[in-house]
Amino acid sequence: MARRYTSDLTWDDVTPKALYMNRRQIMSGAGAMLGAGLIGGAAQAQGALEPNSWEEITTYNNYYEFGTRKEDPARNAHTLTTSPWEIVIDGMVDNPGTYSFEEIVAGQTIEERIYRFRCVEAWSMVIPWNGFELADLLERVGVQDGARYVAFETALRPDEMPGVRLPVLDWPYREGLRLDEAMHPLTIMATGIYGETIPNQNGAPIRLVVPWKYGFKSIKSIVRITLTDEQPHATWNATQPDEYGFYSNVNPNVNHPRWSQATERRIGGGLFASRQDTLMFNGYEAEVAALYEGMDLAEFF
Amino acid sequence: MAGPSDIAPRAPLTARVNQALRRVPAWTLYIVGAGWGGWLFWLAATGGLGVEPIEALEHRYGELALQLMVAGLAVTPLRQHLGLNLMPFRRAIGVLCIFYVVAHFLVWAVLDVQRVAAIWADIVERPYVTIGMAAFLMLIPLGLTSNDWAVRRLGGLRWRKLHRLVYPAAVLGALHYVWLAKGFQVEPLVYLLAILGLLALRIRRGRARVAG
Repeated sequence: MARRYTSDLTWDDVTPKALYMNRRQIMSGAGAMLGAGLIGGAAQAQGALEPNSWEEITTYNNYYEFGTRKEDPARNAHTLTTSPWEIVIDGMVDNPGTYSFEEIVAGQTIEERIYRFRCVEAWSMVIPWNGFELADLLERVGVQDGARYVAFETALRPDEMPGVRLPVLDWPYREGLRLDEAMHPLTIMATGIYGETIPNQNGAPIRLVVPWKYGFKSIKSIVRITLTDEQPHATWNATQPDEYGFYSNVNPNVNHPRWSQATERRIGGGLFASRQDTLMFNGYEAEVAALYEGMDLAEFF
Repeated sequence: MAGPSDIAPRAPLTARVNQALRRVPAWTLYIVGAGWGGWLFWLAATGGLGVEPIEALEHRYGELALQLMVAGLAVTPLRQHLGLNLMPFRRAIGVLCIFYVVAHFLVWAVLDVQRVAAIWADIVERPYVTIGMAAFLMLIPLGLTSNDWAVRRLGGLRWRKLHRLVYPAAVLGALHYVWLAKGFQVEPLVYLLAILGLLALRIRRGRARVAG
């Protein structure tokens, strides 16, 4: 990669901690409408892309291993043991092996990356992740010639994950990227949010974040990374291939068969919030469009 | 109508429950049912339903409609099989079911989808929305005829025939929920199975009546 990605968002875009931690109290108080108006105004002054509050990011999650309702992961994920944590890195790499979480993050520069996060269900947030570029990790383990894809796998622990007792999905949850997508400077391995350790419901201790793809591509609580020359198994893609493509790039022009992807609802706007237009590649078109040059994005959705 | 003397020796508990229920006027159900809907709306507007109140309220209203549908369909089998008499509340249950279907529809159309063109596109293009709308349309005449005047006007036979629309509406409503779920989810299937089970009881009963 010629240059590292530099976010056009800065710390100034981040809501002051006191504000994002307290928003809930203000919202739930008797003067909810008034409070929301005041906070909205203060945040607006800091830039167009205001990150969601800690509460929003950590109580509204899709993590089916802990239940299918949005509030289930926040309620159930505390049972997940995140330390010690190991990741198996194998396949077409020079240094395969089982790496501890500490070995994985050792020597990595943890950066602040404020990204838009767009779920395939047509809601979105802005999340201030802390993490490092996946490319840096892959370079350290040495990607062999001929590797074309990266496969990822989430932990599968029936004792700690009440949701996996039901065959909601074909567990363990798996995802994959093309190697050039994985090596793109926007693609990160996140270990924190708002400078805090990433909560279990958000994919502790380490997860993928690919901001120009629908959220389900950004696999959580990773225990395996495999370099391969074949397009890897991806859970949603395998479950309903006509609804969830392998690429699953955010694209307002290609609708999900059961709902429109043209607009999205930004979490945090309350009961009377307007929908907003979904951006091509979730707003990262300038950075990633070149990856898909010449591809029919309606066919490879 | 079975008199108290018929029931008392057979099932003293249900008789006592029936007796107690007779003291509850049906209009209290309307107050509690509609009040609960208003309370949920207040919660949604003030942060009490979590950080995504639109989806939460839409789902709560939809689930309540399905729960009331199951309750309404259970009235007849409960009387026939257990001797429990909820007949005085059946109309209120049905009207509240439609109340929540309308509330669910309004939250979806006005607060969720928001644009008229998008609402229409969803109804036409998305099968789970289409069948949900179909169920809604079937329930409208039932809601409008859930009063003594309409029953007298239509006559008992025609009124009962019209109200058989509740069966396809119930099945479509449950399918609507099953269809929109991602992956294999249990909860929508529970409603579908409950509704199919309650309808199956009627088919068996109908056959028995024909055979007898």
